[in-house]
Amino acid sequence: MDGPFGIALGLITSADAALMQIIGLSLRVTLTAVLIACVLGLPLGAGLALARFPGRAAVIVMFNALMGLPPVVAGLLVYLLLSRSGPFGDLGLLFTPTAMVIAQTLLILPIVISLTRSVVEDLWVEYREQLRSLGAGRLRAVPTLLWDGRVSLLTGVLAGFGRASAEVGAVLIVGGNIAGHTRTMTTAITLETARGSLGLAVALGIILMALTLTLNALAWGAGQWARGRLG
Amino acid sequence: MSHTRRNTSLGFASGLAMLAALPAAAQDFITVASTTSTENSGLFEHILPMFQDETGIEVRVVAQGTGQALETGRRGDADVVFVHARELEQAFVADGYGVQRFDVMYNDFVLVGPGDDPAGIAGAPSAAEAIGAIAGAEAPFASRGDDSGTHVAEQNLWATAGVEPSGGWYRETGSGMGPTLNTASQMNAYALTDRGTWLSFQNRGELKILFEGDEVLFNPYGVILVNPERHPHVTAEAGQIFIDWITSATGQDAIASYTLGGEQLFFPSAN
Amino acid sequence: MGAGTSGMRGDTISTEGTPMRALRDTGSAILPLRLDSAGFAIDGKPLLSTLTLSIAPGRRLIVMGANGAGKSLFLRLCHGLIEPTSGRRFWADGTTRPDAQAMVFQRPVLLRRSVAANLDYPLKLRGMSRGARRDAVATTLQRFGLEPLADRPARLLSGGEQQRLALARAWAMRPEVLFLDEPCSALDPSATRIIEEMIESFAAEGITIVMTTHDLGQARRLAQDVAFLHRGRLIEHGPAAPFFAGPQAPEARAFLAGDLIW
Repeated sequence: MDGPFGIALGLITSADAALMQIIGLSLRVTLTAVLIACVLGLPLGAGLALARFPGRAAVIVMFNALMGLPPVVAGLLVYLLLSRSGPFGDLGLLFTPTAMVIAQTLLILPIVISLTRSVVEDLWVEYREQLRSLGAGRLRAVPTLLWDGRVSLLTGVLAGFGRASAEVGAVLIVGGNIAGHTRTMTTAITLETARGSLGLAVALGIILMALTLTLNALAWGAGQWARGRLG
Repeated sequence: MSHTRRNTSLGFASGLAMLAALPAAAQDFITVASTTSTENSGLFEHILPMFQDETGIEVRVVAQGTGQALETGRRGDADVVFVHARELEQAFVADGYGVQRFDVMYNDFVLVGPGDDPAGIAGAPSAAEAIGAIAGAEAPFASRGDDSGTHVAEQNLWATAGVEPSGGWYRETGSGMGPTLNTASQMNAYALTDRGTWLSFQNRGELKILFEGDEVLFNPYGVILVNPERHPHVTAEAGQIFIDWITSATGQDAIASYTLGGEQLFFPSAN
Repeated sequence: MGAGTSGMRGDTISTEGTPMRALRDTGSAILPLRLDSAGFAIDGKPLLSTLTLSIAPGRRLIVMGANGAGKSLFLRLCHGLIEPTSGRRFWADGTTRPDAQAMVFQRPVLLRRSVAANLDYPLKLRGMSRGARRDAVATTLQRFGLEPLADRPARLLSGGEQQRLALARAWAMRPEVLFLDEPCSALDPSATRIIEEMIESFAAEGITIVMTTHDLGQARRLAQDVAFLHRGRLIEHGPAAPFFAGPQAPEARAFLAGDLIW
């Protein structure tokens, strides 16, 4: 029997149809969740960095803590909301990729918010007086700081991507691991492990890690290039 | 600022578009809640394409533990329930969550254990005595411990043997059949498993089938349509087509034709 | 900085050697800036107190004092970055914080963008149209010899170039008064000279200059008026020549003599 690396290589070179479908779905779900989390979380994190209101410290601590929200808990929560017997059952979203996107967005959002807040808060200390002098108040400063901190913020986005692409608890519960429909890399690995097909499971794991590694390498390269070009 | 705002709205729009595009559904499909052991056996990969070719209906199988599968049916998150826990299934119908239970097939459980059989169960006259011997020898035993059909069957055996299993030798993994077998293989322990999972299980280590054949080990499967009066959105028509098919001669033959390693796993039992 | 520059205001001409005040129909709209017994305290501890003075348009005011005397706080109070906790601050147009002012800090704070984009940013904040901004940026780049650096990332410039950019950015905002907080302390002498020349040309266009420095030589070079702060109080304020010839306050005398005062 082939070792795991051999199996992995074989699957990739033969462009195994099921594998391609699974990889495609995994990327679509996670990247969509990252996108939504950024659209929501970048302005929220920046706003949290600049705003001052009673209870601000508690909000910050809460988002920091939510970075450690167990994926299976997030999945359970979304499942209860989307189940036909739940408040949003009529949407018919359970066991669909959309439900998986929702659950993963819940997981990524606290990471993006917390790390954005941290980056923007540091930038604000540096930029505050000058921006005010130029005529930018707190609200107006948000997009400026987000853009100026873009290279550092990328780290937060990557952390969010890593968390989502690695988790299985949430997508398993809300997706159902349906063959050809909601089966991702991580749920496929779970299935093959349960079947005792450990070689295949490890092979899938190798492929998943290779994907993650490639994406991170690209992001690193982009960050370095940006730093060189833009200071 | 302008390009940041542009990027933001672009991102938002494409996010929404991707969300809308994701549930690229077949026009006709049903959701079947079944068990992980059934999925792990590979049966669905064999028979469902035949069903789809004949009827055009896509079957989406959500494989969970038996308890969770029935809960999925109760909540209306599936159209059909297909599990192997007769008493629980009958309660499911009696409580009004299912329309009617139909026999479909049965497979059987086997006792696996380390090749040298330290508890000496190989020649036991009955399953209950075999499992009693394991308790007597306090040989390591890996239980699913998750209220699944397999776990319920195991508990019935202990009850018949008059044993309440506890102690360091009795390990409840709280997980599916595959992971439990992984644990058993790791610990060189005994375990009760359905034949299907065992035949496709590749991480056997030193484990072998040591006891089989007692009728109490037969594991009947039932299929139930989730009650559309309880959950009006259920795809009742297509669900009924599936039930009709799987209990028909064609469906039953399809089940019987599924083999693993040359062995038939499931035995049709629809009347 | 050439002679005969036609300023953005369209009515300003300066010739080297003889700085002329800009002639405007109505004079400055926002100056004189008046402080009336203004003070600033944190947690009850007064860092500035009983500041009463008037900053007239078109003059170069140098604010001096030992470290910790409150020079930087004073600038921020005038510019509107902090509000007085006692007393009042009046701008001539009656607003709390007029737009026609700018500030340059000791260390330039530039955005992670190109030089041109940094010039564009405050103009965009003020709602200038894209076309007008493009022209203004081009004029500014040309005025200060920054054209070859226009697309360079601002953060990759040298310290002197960055401060030049900061001043150019301030100029592009068409301020009536420019506050500068020790703009040359982090620069070498040649960069310092360039900045001083920029300041002189601004003043020649009629921009009021309010600047702090601890460099006595620079103060002598640039000052028309002097304000001397000691422990948060305004000890002396008046024309530069008499001040440098012989200040009245003993702390000021000691300071000019090079003594440490606290």
